[in-house]
Amino acid sequence: MEDQIKKVSIIISKGGLDGVYPGLIMANGARMEGIEANLFFTFFGMDAITKKRMGKIKIATVGNPGMHMPSLAGILPGFSAFATSMMMKTMDKIDIPPVPEYIEMAADAGCKLYACKATVDMFKLKKEDFCPQVDSIINVGKFYEIAAGGHIIFT
Amino acid sequence: MPQRLFGTATIDVDADGFMTDFAQWTREVAAAIAKEEGIVELTPAHWKVIEFMHKEFKENGQVPSIRKLNKSGVVTTKELYDLFPGGPAKKAAKIAGMKKPEGCV
Repeated sequence: MEDQIKKVSIIISKGGLDGVYPGLIMANGARMEGIEANLFFTFFGMDAITKKRMGKIKIATVGNPGMHMPSLAGILPGFSAFATSMMMKTMDKIDIPPVPEYIEMAADAGCKLYACKATVDMFKLKKEDFCPQVDSIINVGKFYEIAAGGHIIFT
Repeated sequence: MPQRLFGTATIDVDADGFMTDFAQWTREVAAAIAKEEGIVELTPAHWKVIEFMHKEFKENGQVPSIRKLNKSGVVTTKELYDLFPGGPAKKAAKIAGMKKPEGCV
């Protein structure tokens, strides 16, 4: 089929579980279909590949209209952790892995992972701060070079 | 329902070429489907994956996900992509005579 998608480059720019999961699912799902996939992490999306943060990503319970609850309830101590743990349990049941395992799975599936240079400079991060699956730190020009000939998805 | 002829075996398939009647599955049919999917020869490593998928399906009624396969110790994710290039979950299920995987992971 000529109209098949052959390559996607997905930008993950938002933090929090609802910020990082869609991009991960789309990138890994692309590899499952034999589509070449690149993941570019920028701004708070970078938490997903930062060693000390990737295992602690939570769902925002304040200012998140998708939570279907008043923001005031969301400010209760531990509420975000509770909501996150409930959600992770459900996801595990339908075989969606936690973020660190998902990153590993996507990388093993042949997905290439990149960190955004501007964000690295802004947050004063180093290559060592990232999980080993991260290929390199690249600027936006290099991203376009890598993404050339494929589709770009911004999340 | 569409049918396919592999050697002397006639099998029922769905619109995407996945078998709809597991009773018609044989190792020869599997090898023929594999060839169509670009896998020239099914090696012992391929068979290990196929057998695990059959076992899982018998026990849970579900085609196992890549994650489950990885966790089973039968095959790592990397090996799975090497064994079934260009879409391991789908290709392995097709060769194993199972329905198309429905999950997103």
